[in-house]
Amino acid sequence: MSKPFAIMAEYETPAEIMAAAKKVHAEGYQKWDVHSPFPIHGMDDVMGLKNAQVGWFTFLGGLTGLTVGMVMIYFMNKFDYDIVVGGKPLFSGFYAFPVAYEMTILLGAFGSLGGMFILNRLPRHHHPLLANARFADVTDDKFYVVIECEDEHYDENLTRTLLEGTGAQHIEMVEDAQ
Amino acid sequence: MSETAAQPQVETHTPKELVRQPLVLNNRPLGWITEQVAGIVEGRMPRWWNVAFIISFLVMMMCFTYIGYLILTGVGVWGLNHPVAWGWAIVNFVFWIGIGHAGTLISAILFLLRQKWRTSINRTAEAMTIFAVICAGIFPGIHVGRIWLAWWLLPVPNANSIWPQFRSPLLWDVFAVSTYFTVSLLFWYMGLIPDLATIRDRLRKNADKCTTGCEKLINKVKQYLYGIFSMGWIGSNRHWRNYEKAYLLLAGLSTPLVLSVHSIVSFDFAISQLPGWHTTIFPPYFVAGAVFSGFGMVLTLMIPMRALFKLEEIITVRHLELMCKVIMATGTIVGYAYGMEFFIAWYGGNPYELYAFKNRAFGPYWWAYWIMISCNVISPQLFWFKWTRTTPWFIFVVSIFVNIGMWFERFVIVVTSLHRDYLPSSWGYYSPTQVDILTFVGTFGLFMTLFLLFVRYLPAICIFEVKGVTPQADPHAKEGGADKVEGGGH
Repeated sequence: MSKPFAIMAEYETPAEIMAAAKKVHAEGYQKWDVHSPFPIHGMDDVMGLKNAQVGWFTFLGGLTGLTVGMVMIYFMNKFDYDIVVGGKPLFSGFYAFPVAYEMTILLGAFGSLGGMFILNRLPRHHHPLLANARFADVTDDKFYVVIECEDEHYDENLTRTLLEGTGAQHIEMVEDAQ
Repeated sequence: MSETAAQPQVETHTPKELVRQPLVLNNRPLGWITEQVAGIVEGRMPRWWNVAFIISFLVMMMCFTYIGYLILTGVGVWGLNHPVAWGWAIVNFVFWIGIGHAGTLISAILFLLRQKWRTSINRTAEAMTIFAVICAGIFPGIHVGRIWLAWWLLPVPNANSIWPQFRSPLLWDVFAVSTYFTVSLLFWYMGLIPDLATIRDRLRKNADKCTTGCEKLINKVKQYLYGIFSMGWIGSNRHWRNYEKAYLLLAGLSTPLVLSVHSIVSFDFAISQLPGWHTTIFPPYFVAGAVFSGFGMVLTLMIPMRALFKLEEIITVRHLELMCKVIMATGTIVGYAYGMEFFIAWYGGNPYELYAFKNRAFGPYWWAYWIMISCNVISPQLFWFKWTRTTPWFIFVVSIFVNIGMWFERFVIVVTSLHRDYLPSSWGYYSPTQVDILTFVGTFGLFMTLFLLFVRYLPAICIFEVKGVTPQADPHAKEGGADKVEGGGH
């Protein structure tokens, strides 16, 4: 049972889609997106998107790494099995630092990548747009505005008229095959 | 206009606005970039690729054979003996790790510095980093002697419930190198996601062109694999927003990482008490040397690659020239470090230290020292002349010298410091055996095999980033670019 998922408008250049995105944003749409082969600078402002929150995941990852590194070395070399080597202290933040530092970066990096996936709800291999033949050009040289039918401002005729007014070279409905 | 004309006739020389050379030549459209880069992966590989792959594969097999022989027989098959117990294995380890550093410098540090020219070389350089770290990782692993006990390096208790000893820089190295490998891999993979999606979509578009059942099956399998790894990327701006932030954060994390990795490698030497190793200059000197050697290797790989795959319009002469400038700068830092080591050996007033350095330059290993000086200090200075920086074959020759010189730098540091202990009864002359030499040669086979597979199956240039730096990617292109528009230039 397929139902309409969204309306999709195709553009040739970043300038055209930037102008179109301004209009769509001004109309107050919420569930819509701009798809492009590369990030377009300034598009976040035009779409009214706030700063990305990936940094929190990085921070949590890094903090975990530093803690795990320090606690691990304390546990292994001082708490569980202490061996004196060269008269050095059993535990010191100085000698533990290089390893804890690397752990900070390691888990911080996992946090960044994982945070990106979590915030983007990826991987998602069944997105209706992936089934659309024309949309495949998004990773080549075309630009798309996609407004979902679930958006409360969505109206079959009005939305189409809006997109037609932005100079889109092609407009079509995207079906959700599920 | 009229106001200016009314003013008295003072001749004003407005300086001519210098126009930057474009990063992609001939003002190519976006689709051309996709076609040019993704076309390499989709097409059949040319004959030279097959020949190069077979040779690399055989050389790699030689490496594995010698490693097998080493494991079955013992480290006695190497030239190591008292007093030189760290020979080629450690030299090769530091050499390969150093090579990797250019990749991270290009992908992370140049990204933070907003050097847009990095976009067409970062993918290849990052791949080189990963493969170089794989080659590097082999050597300490097989150097431990009883290789089946190599797991003692991991933070798990051994059979006597004893944990690893974290006061040793050798253990720091384990963490530094494995973190370096993992983070480089994550960074590389993250950059690949949108480009894998490009290949996935192109395969889908080309599916109709497949005529035979076999072609259709291959297309299907490829679509599936590239699809899985592209994570369902749809180029959404809401995704790009998080993606760019995560990329920035990864670059921010990789920058202190790359500086720390070679610093920690240098601690392997600097934390010991040995004259010639026990110097505080080692961390910055090693990092500069690593970047120097890495750029040498990037150029060695990039110059044939751009010619063979006809990528001269994306990896332009300007890119090569800028890399030459980095080589010249880091080569000069390395030269300064060589000089400063000698100065401090004299100025520090420690007779053993001074002896170690005199012995380096004029002792039995004088030849290694002067090869190092000629390749690392003299050869990069040729790049002061514009012709040398813009002639690919010449750059290629210099890049080979840089590779040779940096291998000898590590040889000089490791061997000349060890071969004369405090007592003349503990003096010796170290020479490698056939196993030493051919294992090292074999790692080039491993490196090249991985690299050739990379250019065969993955886009060798970051397609989406190169598109992003073209003039037509600028949403204000018509009005003269983002810089000219009010509120532009984000």
